[in-house]
Amino acid sequence: MPIIKSVRRLGARTIGAIWRLGYATRFFALTLMYSGTSFRRFRLTVRELFFSGVMSLIIILVAGMFVGMVLGLQGYETLKRYGSESALGSLVALSLVRELGPVLAALLFASRAGSAMTAEIGLMKATEQIDAMELMAVNPIARVVAPRFWAGVISMPLLSALFSAMGVFGGYVVGVVLIGVDEGSFWSQMQSTVDFQHDILNGVIKSFVFGVAVTVIALFEGYDAPPTAEGVSGATTRTVVQSSLVILMLDFILTAFMFRGD
Amino acid sequence: MSSQTLVEIRDVNFAYDSRPILKGINMDFPRGKLVAVMGLSGCGKTTILRHIGGVLKPTKGYVKVDGKVIHELDRGGLYEMRRKMGMLFQFGALFTDMTVYDNVAFQIREHTDLPEEIIRDLVMMKLRAVGLYGTQDLMPAELSGGMARRVALARTIALDPMLIMYDEPFAGLDPISLTVVGQLIRRLNDALGATSIVVTHDIQESLKIVDYVYFVSNGAIIAEGTADDIRASGEAFVHQFVHGEMDGPIPFHYPAGDYQQGLNLRA
Repeated sequence: MPIIKSVRRLGARTIGAIWRLGYATRFFALTLMYSGTSFRRFRLTVRELFFSGVMSLIIILVAGMFVGMVLGLQGYETLKRYGSESALGSLVALSLVRELGPVLAALLFASRAGSAMTAEIGLMKATEQIDAMELMAVNPIARVVAPRFWAGVISMPLLSALFSAMGVFGGYVVGVVLIGVDEGSFWSQMQSTVDFQHDILNGVIKSFVFGVAVTVIALFEGYDAPPTAEGVSGATTRTVVQSSLVILMLDFILTAFMFRGD
Repeated sequence: MSSQTLVEIRDVNFAYDSRPILKGINMDFPRGKLVAVMGLSGCGKTTILRHIGGVLKPTKGYVKVDGKVIHELDRGGLYEMRRKMGMLFQFGALFTDMTVYDNVAFQIREHTDLPEEIIRDLVMMKLRAVGLYGTQDLMPAELSGGMARRVALARTIALDPMLIMYDEPFAGLDPISLTVVGQLIRRLNDALGATSIVVTHDIQESLKIVDYVYFVSNGAIIAEGTADDIRASGEAFVHQFVHGEMDGPIPFHYPAGDYQQGLNLRA
């Protein structure tokens, strides 16, 4: 009976997905539990900070600049209709600090650093490096996974802040330098409307949450990847797709809690 | 277990889901000896090593190393035991993001607080022992297959383990590297006073160096003895294996249905 077969398949898939979610949660808990090494031997984390954070700088800065420039251009076009071009600074800064900075930086981080983490750990597993470590009585979660996790969590808010700063600069270049919006009102409007706690701190919280989500997904997918070429490539794809969806979903939930229409 | 036996395997059964891999394995690995576990690919040889290393737990029976039942140890006890073991993986499993030096120094740094000057001396001594002094600044990608295997060997013996396990150490090596690795395994075993277990299907190379051989087929031991016993064995499977014959108890053809029927030549 084809119907029974489909129901059975659906059931098997659901159970499989729940198992994986359980494994991922356990993996996350173990990562936190074995995080001591990441701080006791902080240079392990610094090395990963370089690979995931510093190496993502170029893409984050360039993307931030262009997003800010587009915001400046589109924002000016819209605000001009209502005669409030002077509010361009607020529009650019608020859009970036509250939403675009954390979300876009996280999406770029997932594609640049998250995929690299998955592929690296997946290949380490496929070439038996993880097994070798385990048999040398070195815990791979403490030695390989946790430093990468903390590097991701630390670098995400910093990258997001740099994205927003470059975006504001891009908006300034287009709005003030190229279009000619008054420089004084651009900066003063921005200064008076952007609130540290309400806007900046909430943006930082968002990027911290995204950092946790992206790195956990990337590391788990790598650690759980079947040790074959196909397995690693599938895991890398899943990292980017799942991270992107989770970032956007979490962004909605966090926004709903932080800025509910006020 | 006599104190002369370092590793004792008793009635070990193991199955993946419902597929049996090991069926009632009994083995003894005496201290100071070099013992080979031979058999066809996929017969369960590596699974035996994984049981000794505590990566897998037997569904029945036990593995004792140095008087302790491996699957009864907690994580701390298991790690304590693994520090006394070394394992050489089939393709070396070197850490590709570290230099040769850092690879060999890895365990020493992880498990001791020795100052860097002493670590350096130890690393150089281990590299010298495998004939690769001078390669310390190279990356694993710059090494040939045979060299990578020797660096991995240096890493394996970095902390002078009492038990060294080799998983297919001869796979994919040229004839010179084959002899070098074979002789190194024998010499290191004797020089370190260690016990070695070599899992391999390379009959000619391993019979030159080992003290004792276990033959495994389909998850069970089908023959055992010294190298001379094996060469002279009348057991059909061992004979086919030692002489590399195409047909015998291990058939050339994959077991399948009737061929002519498959071609629709027979009703």
